[in-house]
Amino acid sequence: MIVAERKPMEEIKQMVAPYKKLLLVGCGTCVTVCWAGGEKEVGILASQLRLARQAEGKEISIIEATVERQCEKEMVSELRDKVKQVEAVLSLACGAGVQTMAGMFEETPVFPALNTTFVGMPEQEGIWTEMCGLCGDCFLDRTGGICPMVRCAKGLLNGPCGGTRRGGKCEVDPEKDCAWVLIYRRLEKQGRLDLMKKYYPPKNFRAVKRPGKIQAVKA
Amino acid sequence: MAVSFKETLKTKDFIVTAEAAPVKGSNVSKMIEDIELLKDKVDALNVTDNQSSVMRYPSLGTCLLVKEHGGEPVLQITCRDRNRLAIQADLLFAYSRGIDNVLCLTGDSIDVGDHKEAKPVFDLDSVQLIHLVHIMNSGKDLVGNELDGAVDFCVGASATPSSDPLEPQLVKVGKKLDGGISFIQTQAVYDFDELRSFVKVIRGMDSKVKILAGIVPVVGARMAAYMNENVPGIFVPQYLIDELSQTPKGKGVSKGIEIAARMIKQIKEEKICDGVHIMFIGRESRIPEILEGAGLL
Amino acid sequence: MSNKIIAFCCEHSAYLAADLAGKQGLHYPENVRLIRVPCAGRVDVTHILKAFEKGAAAVLVVGCEEGACQHSTGNTRAKERVNYSQTLLQEIGMDNRRVEMVNVAPGAPHKFVRIIKEMNEKIKEVGEAK
Repeated sequence: MIVAERKPMEEIKQMVAPYKKLLLVGCGTCVTVCWAGGEKEVGILASQLRLARQAEGKEISIIEATVERQCEKEMVSELRDKVKQVEAVLSLACGAGVQTMAGMFEETPVFPALNTTFVGMPEQEGIWTEMCGLCGDCFLDRTGGICPMVRCAKGLLNGPCGGTRRGGKCEVDPEKDCAWVLIYRRLEKQGRLDLMKKYYPPKNFRAVKRPGKIQAVKA
Repeated sequence: MAVSFKETLKTKDFIVTAEAAPVKGSNVSKMIEDIELLKDKVDALNVTDNQSSVMRYPSLGTCLLVKEHGGEPVLQITCRDRNRLAIQADLLFAYSRGIDNVLCLTGDSIDVGDHKEAKPVFDLDSVQLIHLVHIMNSGKDLVGNELDGAVDFCVGASATPSSDPLEPQLVKVGKKLDGGISFIQTQAVYDFDELRSFVKVIRGMDSKVKILAGIVPVVGARMAAYMNENVPGIFVPQYLIDELSQTPKGKGVSKGIEIAARMIKQIKEEKICDGVHIMFIGRESRIPEILEGAGLL
Repeated sequence: MSNKIIAFCCEHSAYLAADLAGKQGLHYPENVRLIRVPCAGRVDVTHILKAFEKGAAAVLVVGCEEGACQHSTGNTRAKERVNYSQTLLQEIGMDNRRVEMVNVAPGAPHKFVRIIKEMNEKIKEVGEAK
């Protein structure tokens, strides 16, 4: 799923500083699960903004709403009436959600309240880790299901760099495992170490032609 | 006129190279002094490429200086700062100016350097870079276009004998050997048992490749502790730390030089490997003392 | 200006302690408003923020003593939420001493009175609500 985290309060306050009527929109999918932009986070941010304005002696009125998926035009269109009542929208969705909102309601400025960080999975409660770099040319069949493009700090395809720390930790962060040590151990477990010994040529970084667009066939 | 490194690798019994670290700035006079001092005392000067991810005078420019002052340069190329186009262009330029030795490295992470917000490139990795140089040696570019004027580089790579775990590192070294390299320069080594077993494994994969042991003089017990803690792939054993901690204040550098000389002497006498690569960053002018102590001058 | 304290009181402990304080004739400041909750763990970050929005000068979440929660972890969860609320207040420049988690046993009316008084002292330091 898509993982995001809320922007610093100061940044958000500055973005919406000129506006007195705001719509805060959460998204009920990925960012709800990662505690960044669901209904609850919308409520918290709305409270914080109201309190901050109160302290400054300035007025603000906030409408709170959360749609199931902010990256879908149909679901976002439900908000039409609410958008009409405000001067600006603060979106607590991933970058795709913010842009869907902004594209649907072009007369109204739409601001991002989150920083979209990566595609990942929950490691344990409250901790999400990056798993996929959206490269469009999946390599996982050769690496025992561990992506070296994102889980190796340097995105190396042919084995570990020389910087591996004692115990198989990453040069960049001793808290993180060296992806290539993990790959080695998993392939060893599967008796498929020959895969790691193969040479892999430079990656095709244009597997997805940016900006990406695909036409899928409905089954 | 310096002997080509390619020739040295073939003919010399004990090969000695030294690392030349470019300055931060355009004042190259200190580098020229070091080059003049070292060019006839070592077989090649190996120039770092934005070493430790700290922005500096380019490796390529420094190699040119080495060449202009009659030395034999080894161009270090990392994959961190340039994509495949820039690397190929640099290789063409280097070769056209007589620089024909290249050490293919992944490169340290951006995070350890002084421009931490830079975009890390890593378009290629070190194994792919080795393959790329050979493709260019065959007269073509990476995508198969003919080059008007081929290149002929002598290719080297690095390895970390003290990696823990070692097996994944050895798989990688194996791929570098398969790619075709004439020499391996190791990360700093202090433990000769470790070095011996590393050399044995490499020999099992490739009997011809020349192995140069990395020598980094440790100039104090605190530096050793710092390196053990912070420099990935380096481990200074306790007996050396003890020796250094008994050294009187102000004598650390001379002690470090003495230990380095002793290590080189032992590597040479016991034929542990084919040579050494001395990295004494910031103290290049004292490398001759190490060579002298090791009986190499 | 308001010096109102909103105290979310767990009905298994704090609320009983408050009741007992009343029965024993212990006096505590009148600016506190008790809100009875089934467990301190029921109090959410949004409730705390809402209280401030409505003009509270301080918020107390009063739950069972550690290890004595009727719902096993309600009071520890409440503590985490109060900590998080403190961060949220800090982000918008409010003094995070305005919100606090306290543990009180059902038979401890004196402690209950004391914490209300202490919070009143704190309000003197951090100022009343605008």
